[in-house]
Amino acid sequence: MNTIDITKVQAESQAEEVAEMTQISGSKAVMEALLAEGVDTIFGYPGGAIMPIYDALYDYTDRLKHILVRHEQGGIHAAQGYARTSGRTGVVFATSGPGATNLVTGLADAMIDSNPIVCITGQVFAHLLGTDAFQETDVINITTPVTKWNYQVTDANEIPMALAKAFYIARTGRPGPVLIDITKNAQFQLFDYAGYTPCHHIRSYRPKPIIRKEYIERAAELINNAKKPFVLFGQGVILGKAEKEFKDFIEKAGLPAGWTIMGLSALPTDHPLNVGMLGMHGNYAPNVMTNSCDVLIAVGMRFDDRVTGRLDKYAKQAKIIHLDIDPAEIDKNVKTTVPVWGDCKETLPLLTSLIAENKHEEWLAEFRKLEQEEIKQVIHPELNPTSDEMTMGEVLRLLNELTDDDAVITTDVGQHQMVACRYARFKQSKSNVTSGGLGTMGFGLPAAIGAWYGAPDRTVVAIIGDGGIQMTIQELGTIMQFGAKVKILILNNQFLGMVRQWQQMFHDKRYSFVNITSPDYVTVAQGYHIPGKQVCKREDLKDALKEMLDHDGSYLLEVMVTKENNVFPMVPQGSSVSEIRLK
Amino acid sequence: MEKQEYTITLYTENTIGMINRISIIFSRRKINIESLNTSPSEAEGIHRFTIVINETEEVVRKLCRQIEKQVEVLKAYYNTNDELIWQEQALFKVSTDVVAEKAPIERLLREYGAHAVVIRSDYTVFETAGHREEIDKLTAALAEYNLIEFVRGARIAIIKDSEGFHRKLKEFEQSEPAQEVVENEFLNKQDKVFTM
Repeated sequence: MNTIDITKVQAESQAEEVAEMTQISGSKAVMEALLAEGVDTIFGYPGGAIMPIYDALYDYTDRLKHILVRHEQGGIHAAQGYARTSGRTGVVFATSGPGATNLVTGLADAMIDSNPIVCITGQVFAHLLGTDAFQETDVINITTPVTKWNYQVTDANEIPMALAKAFYIARTGRPGPVLIDITKNAQFQLFDYAGYTPCHHIRSYRPKPIIRKEYIERAAELINNAKKPFVLFGQGVILGKAEKEFKDFIEKAGLPAGWTIMGLSALPTDHPLNVGMLGMHGNYAPNVMTNSCDVLIAVGMRFDDRVTGRLDKYAKQAKIIHLDIDPAEIDKNVKTTVPVWGDCKETLPLLTSLIAENKHEEWLAEFRKLEQEEIKQVIHPELNPTSDEMTMGEVLRLLNELTDDDAVITTDVGQHQMVACRYARFKQSKSNVTSGGLGTMGFGLPAAIGAWYGAPDRTVVAIIGDGGIQMTIQELGTIMQFGAKVKILILNNQFLGMVRQWQQMFHDKRYSFVNITSPDYVTVAQGYHIPGKQVCKREDLKDALKEMLDHDGSYLLEVMVTKENNVFPMVPQGSSVSEIRLK
Repeated sequence: MEKQEYTITLYTENTIGMINRISIIFSRRKINIESLNTSPSEAEGIHRFTIVINETEEVVRKLCRQIEKQVEVLKAYYNTNDELIWQEQALFKVSTDVVAEKAPIERLLREYGAHAVVIRSDYTVFETAGHREEIDKLTAALAEYNLIEFVRGARIAIIKDSEGFHRKLKEFEQSEPAQEVVENEFLNKQDKVFTM
């Protein structure tokens, strides 16, 4: 009897093994998909509804690095930082219910700033959908407005295709966040796995519009006849990996170029045609000259209201050429004379080949003249203050000096963000990571963690205000556990400075709840085993910055800056860009 | 620009959540949808949305671009009423006694081309189809004769100069994997188009 039983058991187990050769779980299919898509880093947080996926991950930790964040919002901001410095797709895991809703801010941020992100959320068992099950939320409907695409998987057979589509949609065309919600039964479910096939075509999806020859020709003609051409560039240049093509374009015709904060670092700061930052707190010359140029060439930017100021007084004298991959951006805010649809990596060389060589020296000199005015009135006093108190600008000046203009800088949102974007100097692209469209406070620290994983060989400095750091300070725990070498530079003015500035200027100095207190950041960091220092005096600043940069590992430096400093220049809300105020 | 009635016609994939993805594009901008109909289209596997809104042409054009940007939308068209053949259907329930006794009702129904769908001893259901104004007028008239229940369907519309979606769908599907799918009026004019 015994022998017969054993034979039977052996036969059964052999049959099971054969079956296992062709059948895998939905969770394992997720891991295989990630590997096939070249994913190396995941930012995530486990929970009940995503446990089978985490169980599968347990066997893949040699190939997939998982960074356990301290909050799902931190996870998605980290994935955004990773995407921005690496140029690759960021991946996030989160569980159902609160795990998924905590992603929403990051999804909205990634949507408006066009970051390629794939979020995988767990969901309750399919048979429990709609029953108000434990940790159930309607994630698909909650995230629909803030995702480029989302999809709920309830059957493991759908997983390879859903993920292939997710990665394809996230990274192609105008990139954006995609969310795949997988019910727990589908994660457990064994199914016949036929391998992973990447997606290259979806019939209803056109990532790039076709390039129209006659529009390129008309654009070239306008540029060739222009006396005062002016180029505005945005993140499209970085997303299109078209930095070189862009440089060739502006160099051939000697076109002055101003940038949006999302386009920052696409063109080196010291490039002779780089005339500075556009918009509300941008530089004087590019804002004023927007209303003096005769041809305005917008490359991969979307005329955000913070860039244009009052629209009915924006570049009305100019012919507008708009290069964009997203047809919905053409004419959305600013009426275009010639639309150049397409990927700027392809359209720019075509345009360059048709434009005549030129210098536009006198025109460029007009920019430089205005720049001198700004240097005298704003930049010099900000970078070289004479008062006892330190300014944010001088911290940036020293940071540039000590990093040889070559750090990755992430910022949070507020005054320090504007100061950092105005004064940070860059040599290479993909070096500026900021929350441009959504203006998400709390973005800076987690984004820096991701930025470091995306570019681990570079110096990553997170410049954050005393308000923003307190929104996602828990991510110090992530740094502590996984060792991202992030330099945290808190510029503490003991206020929610940007709101205070507006209250001062537009609300009769009625400082309503902008006075924010801070914990002892150095002690907090110490609690997370991150060394740190606070600097209150100018004479200690340079050495402290040097110590922060030289330290092999994460470091927190808090710089106490002057309390009631305002960011200038400024285009007040409702004003035209040429009405920019220097004080 | 004046606001007027526009009919938006969409060709989409038939996937769960499409109505939400489309409708939030309107509600986000605080635009009311006057009528929305979804149905299969002339092309197999492709769904057709017919949406009526009151807006300026500029707003409608931008809305269509935002809608077309959605991954699962193939094409968005917008038309004014004179570019369309359109119908709305309506059902009316009135008391059979009233119909039998009140002569004007019969005249009304004849005038509006309504016909009876169900006749019972207690009530009669009439059906008609036409432009909204006609249905509104009939509804107002019947309201005086104890209109028990009334329902009007969403607008359905045929675009006068549309050649349908069969050929376009083929073009969408034609692209071999790895080639970018492109679709605009220059699709068949390759000589005017750069290829990289």
